[in-house]
Parts: sequence; structure tokens; C-alpha cells
Amino acid sequence: MADSVNYSIISSEIFLLIALCVIMLVDLFQRDKERKLTFMLTQGSLLTLFIMGVQDLGVQETIGFSGHWIQDQFAVVLKLAIYLTAFISLLYARPFIRERNLMRGEYYLLTLFSILGMMIMVSANSLLVVYLGLELLSLSLYALVALQRDSNDASEAAVKYFVMGGLASGFLLYGISLVYGMTGSILIDEVANYIAVSGANLMIQFGLVFIVVGISFKFGAAPFHMWLPDIYHGSPSSITAYISSVPKIAAFGMAFRVLESSFGGADIHWTPMIMIVAMLSVIVGNIVALIQTNLKRMLSYSAIAHIGYFLLGLSIGTDEAYAASMFYIIVYALMTLAGFGIIIFMSSDKNDYQQISDLRGMGRYHPWYALMFTIIMISMAGIPPLIGFWPKLEIFRLLVINDHVLAAVVAIAFSVVGLVYYLKVVKEMYFTEATDSPNVSNSRSLKIAISVNCLLLVIFGLMPDRIYYYCLSAFTSLN
Amino acid sequence: MIGLSDYLLLSAVLFSISIAGIIINRKNVITLLMCIELMLLAVNTNFIAFSHFLQDSAGQIFVFFILTVAAAEAAIGLAIIVVLFRNRATIDVDKINQLKG
Repeated sequence: MADSVNYSIISSEIFLLIALCVIMLVDLFQRDKERKLTFMLTQGSLLTLFIMGVQDLGVQETIGFSGHWIQDQFAVVLKLAIYLTAFISLLYARPFIRERNLMRGEYYLLTLFSILGMMIMVSANSLLVVYLGLELLSLSLYALVALQRDSNDASEAAVKYFVMGGLASGFLLYGISLVYGMTGSILIDEVANYIAVSGANLMIQFGLVFIVVGISFKFGAAPFHMWLPDIYHGSPSSITAYISSVPKIAAFGMAFRVLESSFGGADIHWTPMIMIVAMLSVIVGNIVALIQTNLKRMLSYSAIAHIGYFLLGLSIGTDEAYAASMFYIIVYALMTLAGFGIIIFMSSDKNDYQQISDLRGMGRYHPWYALMFTIIMISMAGIPPLIGFWPKLEIFRLLVINDHVLAAVVAIAFSVVGLVYYLKVVKEMYFTEATDSPNVSNSRSLKIAISVNCLLLVIFGLMPDRIYYYCLSAFTSLN
Repeated sequence: MIGLSDYLLLSAVLFSISIAGIIINRKNVITLLMCIELMLLAVNTNFIAFSHFLQDSAGQIFVFFILTVAAAEAAIGLAIIVVLFRNRATIDVDKINQLKG
């Protein structure tokens, strides 16, 4: 089964690559400053991919290309989430980049390249393909962050991102090389077989430490989080919205493929490490976010905390918990997009408004959008009936069931701490006196996009079982 | 006869030097770039040594891919440094400290 060259399992990647080449050529011959055609083609190919993905739902697990590639329900569901969130982030980006001289074909092309990298990451079945997908994603993201060439902050963020990303890849690769040396294979299945037969010796455990560090670096989990707020703060807001949401979904795919699929047999060695990283992220993220006055920095610390909750699910190590983690990361991506959507929405002219105090008077002058922002904030804080509540509940429930009561208690306590800074934004919008109307976008498409995104948070919150059902279906043992 | 452990030791030393370089270096961003390359070369040494002693070619093929990616990474890294230099007229690591909080 493993050695056939079966192109049908990589049809969506091939389609995206061809679409990319076409868009690149079309963009070259465009005179239009607005890049309307490039935009339409990009969104069109994402839509097509989405439709192709929906037809793949419920697919049988197929392994091809000498065992290097896998097509299963897990990959399909994650890819669908990637297309959806990338689509929304490009909708948000358009009015923002138009004002900032960023409306260039590269913006769309680099986004598509990073999507291709993410698709490779979630479908990889060997450590080599995981690495190649990761690098395709990271290299595109470095370039995306540096796209605003005249900005001091963006270039500094790009340098930091580049160095930290390189460091993380180095750690991951060093771990992979040790694992290869011990098991004699880079195929995930064979690594898993080796561990099932001979167990994890000291060398494999040593490699595993490096792999866990590399993955935590990529997630931006504490104590490897120092780079993350700077990069989120420095990059142009529309790019922050993209890099804080979509790649996290793919990173989950990578973490699952590397940690669970290859080292599932040795999970007593890596689950405690992930658990420590997760607890630290929850604590550090929530506490440091309290003192931020910049909305972008606050959201990036809250992102660290969210990654902590999500990693808690990963550290439980049962299939149900992986499904809960997957649910969490997809919901998190939708919420973060909406959160950075606020900043894009406020800064749609030449100036950047990123301070929490810039939201003053929102409740009086723009009641509808103040309501929308309130929905985002309390959904992030995890208050029912909004969508942010359900995955958190699920993860806490599984923590308690699997005898991690202390971790659950600490996580819940810090979730209450998190409420303080989310509600601070709400307070600023409604209860602080404002001298004049805050700046908001005039773009109709942005108004519609942010309203739809927020209403989705409410609607999904009222019927969370649909997404969760697909997440559960990704794990074959639960069917 | 040079054994596997000698190669592993060499690569571990190279890896440590590169990490130390990234952490200690306070002068120049180019040095950071060199440290990242050194790190990847340490990994390559590992792969080649394992590949030789296991009599398995997968490790060598992995090295080809790492080398290619490292070249692409260096190109992008240098481009980013050029952007930084145009904005700041300096590439001192100490001066890259505008973003904080």
C-alpha cells in the first residue's frame, strides 16, 4: 500500500500549486493598482479548494509516495479550517493594505505559498516532509512580515521572527536527526513501529526533548514565547491577523503528526514536558496580558495563554483530548482573526490605532461595532453561550476525567484572571468618557466581514456540536 | 578509526557553539545568520554520520533538502537585513530594541 505513486491524494496541493503559478503570471501583467483580479483569483482558488476538501470529508486513510504522504480525515478537516480562516484574513486585509502601499501581488502569492506549506505539514507522513512543509510556511511568513519595507517596526519584527524561526527549525532538526540515527528511518510509521517494538531509549528521549522545544518555539508557548509579542506588535495588523491564526492550525497538525503519530508509544516521556509548557503559557500569558495598554500586545499575550489551554489538551494524550485540542485551535483561529479584525477595522486609514484607549467612545458613537467587539472579547474569555466557551469546557472536563485535577484548577483560575483584561476593553468602550468619535473604517466589505465573523462566533456558540463532530471524526478510534 | 560517537560529539559541539553564538552575540545580525547556518550544518553532520554507519541513504537525501532550504533561508535572511539596514542605517543587535512592553 505504501509504495504507489497516487496523485489523487495530493490533488488539492497540485491544484494550489498550478493556481499559484497562474496567479503569479496574471499578476505580472496587471496594471490595476487595486489588484482586483489577483484578489479574486486568490479567493476563488481558496473557495475551490474548500469545495474539493468538503468532497474529501469522510475519506479513507490512504498512504502514498513510499509512505511519505498521508490523506485522512484529520488532514482534510484541518485543511478546511485553514482555507476558511485564510479566506477571512484576506477579506480583512484588503482595505488595510490598500492604504499602506502593501497592495502588491506578493501579498497574495506569499499567503498562498504559506497555505501550501501548511497543507504539506498537515498531510506529511515522514519527518522530512514535515520539515519541508514547515520551512515553506516559515520562509513565506518571514517575507510577509517584512513586506512593509518602509516600516521600522516591521523590519525589526522580521529580523526577530527570522532568527527565532531559524533557531526553532534548528532544534527540531537536531531532534529529528537523533531520532533518525536511532530508528534508522524518517518515516513516521516506521519510527512508531520501532518505538512500539524496542521502546524509547535514552537517545530517542534526548531527541524528543529537542523536538518538543522546537515545536513549543513554533507555537510561541512559554518559556519560548519572548519573540511572539514583538512580532505580532511589529508586523502590519492584517499580517498579524494572518500569522496569529492560520499557521497555528497547521502547527497543531505538525505537533500531532510528530508527537502522537511517531512517538505515541513513548508518550510518558513527552506529555509531562508539554504539560509544563502548557501550564507556564497559561500563567505567563494571562498575567502579562493584564498590564498591556497596546491592544495588539494584549492580544498576543492572550494568544500565548490560549496556546497554553490548547497544549493542555495535547498533554492529556487520549484521542478524545486530541479532538478537543483540534476543536480549540480551530475556534481560537476564528476568534483571533476577529480580535485582530478590530485593530484593522480601527486603522483603515493611514494611521495605526492600536491602543486600548483608542476604543474610547465606541459604545456611544458606534454601538453596533461596540457590541461586535464585546462579543469577540467575551468569547475569547470563554463565557457561554459564545463559541470560546465550549472547547475550554471540553479541555477542562477531560483534564479532570484523566486525573489532572490540579492542572484543571490552575487553568480555570487563570481563565478568571484572563477575564480582567478582556473586560478592560469592554469597559474602555462603554464606560470611559470620550471626547470625540473613535476612528473606524468606511469600507463596506470590512464592515460586513467583521459583523459576519462575530455573528459566526455567536451562531457556532449556540450549536458547537457541528464543528466538534468533525473534530471527533478525525480520530479513527472514536468512530 | 573514527567512530560514530566522535561525529556525534563534533556535531553536538557545533550545535552548542551556534546556540551560544545566538545568545551571546550582541554585535551584528550577520553573525546571527552565520550561527543559524552553523546549526543546520551541525544537524547535517549528524545525518551524514548516522547515514554512513546505518548504511542507509535516507539521511544523505535529508541533508540535500536541508542544504537547499538553508540556501533559501539565507537569501531571505539577507534580504530582511537589507530592509532593516535601509530603515535604521545599522544592523547592531543591541539597536534592535524598539519593540518592547
